[in-house]
Amino acid sequence: MTRFDSLTRRFAGAALLGTLAVPLPSPAAQGDVRDRVLSNGMKIIVMEDHRAPTVASMVWYRAGSMDEKSGTTGVAHVLEHMMFKGTRDNPGDKFSKTIAQAGGRENAFTNKDYTAYFQQLHKSKLPIALGLEADRMQNLVLSDEEFAKEIRVVMEERRMRTDDQPRSLLYEQFNSAAYAVHPYQWPIIGWMNDLENMTVADAREWYRTWYTPNNALLVVVGDVEPEEVFRLAEEKFGPLAARDLPVRKPAVEPPQRGTKRLVVKAPGELPYLLMGWHVPVLRDVGKDWEPYALSVLVGILDGNDAARLDRTLVREQRVAVSAGASYDSVNRGPGMFFMDGVPAAGRTVADLESALRQQLQRVVDEGVSEVELDRIKAQVIAQQVYERDSMFYQAMQMGILENAGLPFDSDEVQSRRVREVTSEQIRDVARRYLVDERLTVAVLEPQSLVKQAGTVPAGHD
Amino acid sequence: MFSSRFTVTAFLRFAAWGLCLAASHFAHATLPIEAWTLPNGARVLFVENRALPMLDVSVDFPAGSSRDDPATSGLAGMTVALMRLGTQSLDEAKIAAELADVGAQMGSRFDTDRSGYGLRTLSSAKERERALAVLADVLQAPTFPADVLEREKNRLAAALKEADSKPETIAQRAFSAAVYGSHPYGLRGSGERATLERLTVADLEQFYRQWFRSDWAVVALMGDISREEADAVARRLTERLPRAGGPVPPLPAVEDLAAPVQRVIDHPASQSHILVGQPGITRTDPDYFPLFVGNYILGGGGFASRMVEEVRQKRGLAYSSYSYFSPLEQRGVFQIGLQTKKEQAAQALEVVRDTVTRFVAEGPTPAELEAARMNLVGGFPLRIDSNKKIHDYLGLIGFYRLPLDYLDRFVENIESVSVEQVRDAFRRRVNPDRMVTVVVAGAVPQK
Repeated sequence: MTRFDSLTRRFAGAALLGTLAVPLPSPAAQGDVRDRVLSNGMKIIVMEDHRAPTVASMVWYRAGSMDEKSGTTGVAHVLEHMMFKGTRDNPGDKFSKTIAQAGGRENAFTNKDYTAYFQQLHKSKLPIALGLEADRMQNLVLSDEEFAKEIRVVMEERRMRTDDQPRSLLYEQFNSAAYAVHPYQWPIIGWMNDLENMTVADAREWYRTWYTPNNALLVVVGDVEPEEVFRLAEEKFGPLAARDLPVRKPAVEPPQRGTKRLVVKAPGELPYLLMGWHVPVLRDVGKDWEPYALSVLVGILDGNDAARLDRTLVREQRVAVSAGASYDSVNRGPGMFFMDGVPAAGRTVADLESALRQQLQRVVDEGVSEVELDRIKAQVIAQQVYERDSMFYQAMQMGILENAGLPFDSDEVQSRRVREVTSEQIRDVARRYLVDERLTVAVLEPQSLVKQAGTVPAGHD
Repeated sequence: MFSSRFTVTAFLRFAAWGLCLAASHFAHATLPIEAWTLPNGARVLFVENRALPMLDVSVDFPAGSSRDDPATSGLAGMTVALMRLGTQSLDEAKIAAELADVGAQMGSRFDTDRSGYGLRTLSSAKERERALAVLADVLQAPTFPADVLEREKNRLAAALKEADSKPETIAQRAFSAAVYGSHPYGLRGSGERATLERLTVADLEQFYRQWFRSDWAVVALMGDISREEADAVARRLTERLPRAGGPVPPLPAVEDLAAPVQRVIDHPASQSHILVGQPGITRTDPDYFPLFVGNYILGGGGFASRMVEEVRQKRGLAYSSYSYFSPLEQRGVFQIGLQTKKEQAAQALEVVRDTVTRFVAEGPTPAELEAARMNLVGGFPLRIDSNKKIHDYLGLIGFYRLPLDYLDRFVENIESVSVEQVRDAFRRRVNPDRMVTVVVAGAVPQK
């Protein structure tokens, strides 16, 4: 409900960027990208963008929900909240107030693979941001009292994002079913029971374990000189001592041996179908080819206005009101190739599943056309230009790549590899990976409010 | 479309609901906006920027959801949505393919006041030419195919059926209806299932003819072209449109609420959705800056705001709480909102009411005003540090006929706001005793 929702009084701009899932950060012609590693192991990446006197600065920690343990799921995200609760030198909300009064915007996000903290500000204020980040990398207070309040906020966040959102519930259950072993089976925000039983000690433990310069990355994009940023980083972060990180044990998902199916019932009106297959991800940007083929396949199915799913399932067959595909080739953990959709009125989830499978079969049988491949190439080339309009986005992309163990400056290589993908390669990955043995199917069965206890919600009056 | 794409889930610590507002300059460099009017009456705003080989262009018309009436609710939105799904020379598949082949992105723009199209394309001649050819046709020669209309009506009906079961939608609809009564600002852009059902191709054609006029068009361009090229593009995108030959028909004025309204609606959700508010201000309101700066302090400034401090930081009642003014052609809403578990709804509502009542009575402290000023002035460069952001401002300045030096004067406008002015403006313009209060899921005792 985006296009028609006038109650969002923000003016919708042009359509969002397409979803070719290979991140392709682009070094601007003006955008020299340089990197350096401090003696304590912290890496610094700087990209120049001199179009405006601003800067995007991000500190990334290679610690996300995949590094958690059963019983304390959600602790990565809880600690992210606690990072704004003060240090000895900058108590309480001084961090946020200082950035705000410097004219800055700041926030943070937690993911399966990382936790990242960012500021956007005038270039002259960068030293303030870096100083504050260095301080909270090591001197967080983590008081009982603040924890008690913040854990309640996080529980509200869980209710808002997951408990009251049928599709989020479905996605959560999907992950539980699709992954038997890998921590990707846990929700990033954590199970409610784990949040209810979490203590400040859990947060302290997490902080002590992962918040150390040798597990951190600084990415700065904007109107800066790299050498000056390196000097600043050395001054602020250089004095922090590295600590040994725990051994990260691989959690290898055992091979799936047949389709898994699940149903989730939640309040709503429309059914929804989610299918996901275990697939490889990018580990070597130069040697691997399968992830690029999968990315191009997603592009051909759902990466642009003329993509197959929308054209065939929605417009021609009218079996769906919406249908999509997605795949993220950059992950620390295992990969998943998704297809999803909502059946049209009078059609069932089973009809939609058949239609989606038919599309995959078509790819296996016939491959894809030159026209479609050329279209993906055009998308990639244009995308690389459009992305350069956002400093924040470019900092994001470099952070995600580097965090996943891929070179932050491998975008040119990746872009070339995507453009080299052939129809035969796409057929090959579809035939070998998008098979029933690797598949999990989740169906949302909406429970009409009318049938539930309680009254029917009133409409206009 | 209400696409169901997955984005990588990342949890932000706080979702900001601020005003999309302009600001001015940090170092007092000016933004070189060029503006002119074409012979056909279309107004053009342009900023040349050669840093990236791309172009953003948009054309907007005074044809937002406020041009609907209760019987035709959804007509404006459906009209603009269908323009890209068939033209005299291109069918929908061809339109999609043409854009995809050159890596261009085209999207309809639609809100309460405006509708139109935006395009982002590479500026290289071949790509730009093909993309603009599509946009020119979509704007000037749409055909509104009957079978496509039928399909889109069904898709939207399905989406509405789902949306209308959600507490946030139920709350927002009840809130709009109570704030606006019969004023068109109370209509939902998507329309209602019953009104959508009745829409015909003839309705869309008629609406299009009535509102998509060359002399009501606002063309905004930003990026890698010259002034001459910008002029040629603007002409090409509007030359086939008919002239209205008169001013845009005004929208009715929005009345103040006669009395407070409270609505409590049942829902099985675990959280109550609470909305509080009343009619707010217009885009050219004389109190605009005092209210804008004051609202940063009340609920627009995220962690720097009283709403977040009282609701979240002190009490842990909600993930997000905010207040905003939505300045439109006529008075958009002043709205406060939050979500909290049902058991806490009464307490949260109490906190919201106390916070807003106290702010209106006492105004901000000098320290709060200073902090707000520092953020809004110091943060100005972030408002215009990309082509997209500048392009959005061009559209805004053009459509609402804001002065061309609006951005240049923003800082002085912020800096001249005093504690007294904020208090005075809030006292005159925000009435805590006459608010609409909507709570979906959870009962709230009467005050």
